[in-house]
Amino acid sequence: MAATIAYSSVEVGTELPAQSFPLRRVNLVMYAGASGDFNVIHWNSRAATSVGLPDVIAHGMLTMAEAARVLTDWVGDPAAVVEYGVRFTRPVPVPDDDTGALLEVSGRVTELLQDRRVRVELTATAAGDKVLGQARAVVQLA
Amino acid sequence: MALDQSFVGRSYPSPEPYLVSREKIREFADAIGDQNPAYRSVDAARGLGHPDVIAPPTFAVIVTSRASAQVVFDPELGLDYSRVVHGEQSFSYARPVRAGDRLVAVTTVEKIRSAAGNDLLTLSCALATAEGEPVATVRSVVVARGTAAGEG
Repeated sequence: MAATIAYSSVEVGTELPAQSFPLRRVNLVMYAGASGDFNVIHWNSRAATSVGLPDVIAHGMLTMAEAARVLTDWVGDPAAVVEYGVRFTRPVPVPDDDTGALLEVSGRVTELLQDRRVRVELTATAAGDKVLGQARAVVQLA
Repeated sequence: MALDQSFVGRSYPSPEPYLVSREKIREFADAIGDQNPAYRSVDAARGLGHPDVIAPPTFAVIVTSRASAQVVFDPELGLDYSRVVHGEQSFSYARPVRAGDRLVAVTTVEKIRSAAGNDLLTLSCALATAEGEPVATVRSVVVARGTAAGEG
């Protein structure tokens, strides 16, 4: 494992570089194919609205995967993310247009742990709504 | 109708081992728009100390969701899949998933509860290599909306 961030260089409150991830329909189609999750609410507007959703919604696991980028891009080696968990609090509707949705993710160190590990809390929003709850990770630093 | 509590503690054996390939990792990385070279280049992964390309942190769900499907679709449990949404997900890694792994996943029903008219099912998947090396513990909470109505 080769984290590029030194444990000694962070403190509680250290901010991870925030990132924005555009989510268009094509991204949902690609994720469905790669993951094998073909639930119709992720690609069929008719099916999504028939169960009360505003539109096709992104896979929760796609949102979770994108949010992880704030961790893995920060620390260098993705394997340094040793724990990662989220609650899916709100769906991310992805309209059928050229813009889609925008997922905005920031992160902050909330606790210094033993063995040069830190706890990081992520905040993920789309259209101003918090879409992940208790989005937390444990990251192994150098 | 609330789900049968007697399922708590029940384990489901792993499906056939899942063989992790470099191409599948790259396809998954493309799908999440992640250009990290550790997912794509053996040299880059070796430079980080890994024997082969590694998978993104959430890749394991491909393997565990296949294993967990046995529970979700178990007719005896009777979960109404048309009402199921994904409530929570977590990964705790002993080591990253990497190309060449043959992965097995044993799923255990950890908890069943009802809240606000919903049935919540907590599943824990023990992910390991077919040779017995632990890789990760992968937990998910699936929520069946409105199925516990009348639970009081």
